[in-house]
Amino acid sequence: MTCPLPLDEYPRVVMAHGGGGTVMRRLIERMFFAALDRGELGAAADAAVLALTGGELALTTDSFVVRPRFFPGGDIGSLSVHGTVNDLAMVGAEPIALTAAFVLEEGLSTEELWAIVSSMAAAADDAGVRVVAGDTKVVERGHGDGVFIATTGLGRVVAPWPVRADRIRPGDAVLVSGDVGRHGMAVMVARGDLAVESDLASDCACVHRAPLALIEGGVEVRAMRDPTRGGLASALNELASSGGVGFEVRETEVPLDPRTVAVAELLGLDPLYSACEGRFVAVVSPEQVDRALEILRSVPVSAGAAAIGEATDDSGRVVVRSAFGTRRMLPMLSGEQLPRIC
Amino acid sequence: MNRLAALRDPALVSALAEEIRRTATRPWTIMEVCGGQTHAIARYGLEELLPDGLELVHGPGCPVCVTSAATVDRAARLAALPGVVLATFGDMVRVPGSEGDLFLARARGAAVRVVASSLDAVRMAAEDPSQTVVFFGVGFETTAPAVALAVRQAAELGLSNFAVLVALVRVPPALEAILSGPGNRVRAFLAAGHVCTVMGLEEYEPIAARHGVPIVATGFEPADILAGVLAAVRQLEAGEARVENAYARAVGQRGNAAARSLVLEVFEPCDRDWRGIGLLRGGGFRLRGPYRAFDAEERFDLPAEAPRESGECIAGLVLQGIKKPHECPAFGVRCTPDRPLGAPMVSTEGACSAYYRYRRVGA
Repeated sequence: MTCPLPLDEYPRVVMAHGGGGTVMRRLIERMFFAALDRGELGAAADAAVLALTGGELALTTDSFVVRPRFFPGGDIGSLSVHGTVNDLAMVGAEPIALTAAFVLEEGLSTEELWAIVSSMAAAADDAGVRVVAGDTKVVERGHGDGVFIATTGLGRVVAPWPVRADRIRPGDAVLVSGDVGRHGMAVMVARGDLAVESDLASDCACVHRAPLALIEGGVEVRAMRDPTRGGLASALNELASSGGVGFEVRETEVPLDPRTVAVAELLGLDPLYSACEGRFVAVVSPEQVDRALEILRSVPVSAGAAAIGEATDDSGRVVVRSAFGTRRMLPMLSGEQLPRIC
Repeated sequence: MNRLAALRDPALVSALAEEIRRTATRPWTIMEVCGGQTHAIARYGLEELLPDGLELVHGPGCPVCVTSAATVDRAARLAALPGVVLATFGDMVRVPGSEGDLFLARARGAAVRVVASSLDAVRMAAEDPSQTVVFFGVGFETTAPAVALAVRQAAELGLSNFAVLVALVRVPPALEAILSGPGNRVRAFLAAGHVCTVMGLEEYEPIAARHGVPIVATGFEPADILAGVLAAVRQLEAGEARVENAYARAVGQRGNAAARSLVLEVFEPCDRDWRGIGLLRGGGFRLRGPYRAFDAEERFDLPAEAPRESGECIAGLVLQGIKKPHECPAFGVRCTPDRPLGAPMVSTEGACSAYYRYRRVGA
């Protein structure tokens, strides 16, 4: 798809694109509607009207502010769909609809905006979710970082039981859907200011088909979490503290791409704290581990699934057992990981 | 198995641990000098593999931790000057000075940029002549060559908008100070492998001889560290006190000649105030005469103000191996990585941060 916005008009976002007049109208129609409308968006009413049947709904919201906006494996557009769809999936919901709000910085190239919106459309189509409402604002140059996107997702809960951390029992198995920490390291490399080169690509993807397959396959998933900021370590700590349980992780079983490990080693960072954008942690009963792994490995997005540890009764504590049999704590990350001196 | 994996091989690690247990007949206290080693010890739980009575204490080898609060304050003041950008390594930005850390300084409007290399700071200066880039030159002998290279490159490019806030420190005077301290318990050192890679081993000979302590150049992987411990224990048991190289794949007797001569061309030893330890004679590097023009402290007139250190932080005792991090009453309570009272809780190389992050289960 090439950019449908006539380039002789404005090759860059100008304040008028948020001004409420015809310039803004053309941006919305020729860019956002052209790429994203699947029925509701172009209705151009103040709100989308959705016909829903009974049952429980899941609702979540997230904003996206990634630098660089394009990185190997994804971009801020696809990320803004994946992140919200994945959050819905973590409570056992299938996505129905998204809304998208854009904050554009004056000066952003409209070609680039088109690439972002197109990528968003492709991600939404792939996930089977419609963008039904949206908003556009433009801020003065220097008052934004190109583009910020906020998406809100509405989903239909399909899990017949609550998927919640308080259902985790000591002895339950912890599964992870694939190698961890790749997104965080890929983005750090893509920023280009660390003089590190790697062909590492982000794991950025919609994961929802994997948990939905688990639920359909009769695996009574206790709880799930997507390890985004703060990585696997933070996701496990959050599950531990809200579930009133602990976890023991076998370090040797945690799937890691050797390139993720290499970049992390070089920067002095711990891949267990590095973000994923296409992975999830699922806790299942010990009897259902084999079935769960079989199902997960049959879905492309979770083909690399592995069982990495167990829930314990040591409330709130996450412990790692090393290859040498020694044990250490894996606490929450404070602030952010910073590359070290030497 | 690649080389890194080999050095983490459980079979090799347990064989070394077994050999240490067989060799040690008495209790010994050994200090690993470098914070990178401290972190590896904590991360892999290596102390659990050592026999009772063999104690590892953690040394001052964290450049972030020993940078004085006064220096952090000066960095924050420089960053707040109009037209000045402070370029710093990532782990310096969260070290508390008297008035908060560099993150807070940035939030207040100071220009602070995180760089991964001193040469990036030179490039920033070359690309934008309208700003003066001050590089926060923190580090041990390991980092000194890169800072020296940046200064020489800036000199060759004739950059008048590049300067360095030099806070480089030297290891040997710190070992002297620890051994001479009244509370010293250290009977052997695992010297910081990467410092030795640059500077070689000769500087340690007089220290080992004068104080009768084995000094073993040691690497950073689990098998490296246990090999260093084993070498130290063997010497201690035999009543020896030699400088020994247990990191031969990276360390030569005379170090890296090119890096060493570059450092000595650009810098000369000077006295330096180490945070928590005090003034160490010869404990730092400063720019030599011809390069003095790049000294940020000479170029900018900064008021000398007495820094206010937290009265509760026992970083000095921790950095000298006299106290362990968890023996501090504030540890994990009033001092955490979220609200650090002292630098060892901040840095990825700091002993307190290592204890906090990887503390042993039950500790």
